[in-house]
Amino acid sequence: MHPAYSVILFTTSSGAGFGLLAWLAFGILTSPPASSFTFYLVAFALAYTLAIGGLLCSTFHLGHPERAWRALSQWRTSWLSREGVAAIAALGIGALLALAALADVPVWLQRILAAPTLVLALATVWCTGMIYETLPTIRAWSHVLTTEVYLMLALASGALVLTTILALLGWPSPGAAWAAIVLLALSALMKAIYWNGIDAAPRTFTVGSAVGLGAGTKVRPLLEAHTEANFVMREMGYRVARKHADKLRLMVMAFAFAVPILLLVLLIAKPVLGPFAATLATISAGIGLFTERWLFFAEAQHVVTLYYGAARA
Amino acid sequence: MTALPASTKRKLGLVIDLDTCVGCQACATSCKEWNTGGYSAPLSDIDPYGADPHGAWLNRVHAYDVGEGATSRTVHFPRSCLHCETPACVTVCPTGASYKRAEDGIVLVNPDTCIGCKLCSWACAYGAREFDAADGVMKKCTLCVDRIYNEHLPEEDRVPACVRACPTSARHFGDLGDPDSAVSQLVKQRGGVDLLPEMGFKPVNKYLPPRPRRDATTLAAPAAPETASPSNGSVMDRFFTWADQMLSR
Repeated sequence: MHPAYSVILFTTSSGAGFGLLAWLAFGILTSPPASSFTFYLVAFALAYTLAIGGLLCSTFHLGHPERAWRALSQWRTSWLSREGVAAIAALGIGALLALAALADVPVWLQRILAAPTLVLALATVWCTGMIYETLPTIRAWSHVLTTEVYLMLALASGALVLTTILALLGWPSPGAAWAAIVLLALSALMKAIYWNGIDAAPRTFTVGSAVGLGAGTKVRPLLEAHTEANFVMREMGYRVARKHADKLRLMVMAFAFAVPILLLVLLIAKPVLGPFAATLATISAGIGLFTERWLFFAEAQHVVTLYYGAARA
Repeated sequence: MTALPASTKRKLGLVIDLDTCVGCQACATSCKEWNTGGYSAPLSDIDPYGADPHGAWLNRVHAYDVGEGATSRTVHFPRSCLHCETPACVTVCPTGASYKRAEDGIVLVNPDTCIGCKLCSWACAYGAREFDAADGVMKKCTLCVDRIYNEHLPEEDRVPACVRACPTSARHFGDLGDPDSAVSQLVKQRGGVDLLPEMGFKPVNKYLPPRPRRDATTLAAPAAPETASPSNGSVMDRFFTWADQMLSR
């Protein structure tokens, strides 16, 4: 699948934004009241920048961005539509929560707003994952862990950004850092299981079945249907070379997970280095997650490639 | 609405005969010609006379080398929307621009509400939907919905443009939901098949597999001549030998 930068930026940035929003809501729900105008201002502003920036990015690949509002109508059948509805609901109630936290209203009122914000922020990321997982035409995406990986990465990157904000404001939080470490490690494990799974899964669709001549029939392309690459080949024919994919997977493991975890351990051991370690960890994770999302598209083979020379899919 | 109709009154679709298709591309060009002025207008081309010409077509004709050895053969393979009974391209659409008609089962895109997100093209196993880069919306086979009901056209022209153009009558149009229709009978006689049935989209369009070749490469080796019993030279024996030779011709 063609890795469109607008979609890669959207899913990574919005994932971190909704992850951060979920953590802020979780904090308000579970922690004793701790009013801090500066913290809430920075944290909510960053969560909204990441989430809305990502959503705006996603409209860049539309043929008619001005009609994007129409995408909210088909929530009965479409996960993409559900994602839009959940995102707007999460950001709407989340905005009320931000105002309540900034105004330091009584904590019970904040918590009434925090509970739906937490659920809706997670639901948004869940819908993002389901858009991909429910496409049987793309074997690598219909894997059972696709949505769980999206959710885990959003929570891990949200926790990492939260840790960084706290460190930069001078309140290094070992609790947040530990949460980020555990979530990053779990994400790495799930991603490894996912990669093993898609490598091992049999390619059951054959070109023989695609042209209706029997699954076992030997079929080779003889003449191209058209002289230049068409939309189908450009959009769905993209495939990264296996040797590059292996190197890029290592890069994901290093930049998205290993380096940030080591830097967070450093933050816990030497709080004085916190701002430096957390910032570096966030940058490293950003590079790693961008690569992870690029690979998610570039490694995925669409079944339509059977008509364009692939023997199996 | 992207919710699918529980059932459709008719199942209009195509039956494509892979035995008689000669890969002339007449269906593809005729489709392009009609549809760039019809429901899907414009069917844009980008850089048509430049170094990288490409554009939206609703029908693509491939050619494959099928089988091995002396019995291998060329199969021309036209590929377009199959108007599936359970099309995932419709249910994934976030705007309701994609829909399946309850009256005849035709799958259409409303060009006024499509946002061009391309998710439907990801959901389709058959590459039937192409993004029109100039128009910003998805284009797909309409089964020439603007011809088949068009009373301004002579009756013989009220079929999809590809069917009308095919010089070898390899394309047939009709109601595949009616077991007595000509197309359903053809599918029954010739053993028509679905493409990628394991995907579960239940295509309405059917493909008729090529008939077995009937020439020197596929005929069974001639049976060894029965050894004639040694002639005893009598007149009757010579007559039977002569008769045997005559009848064996």
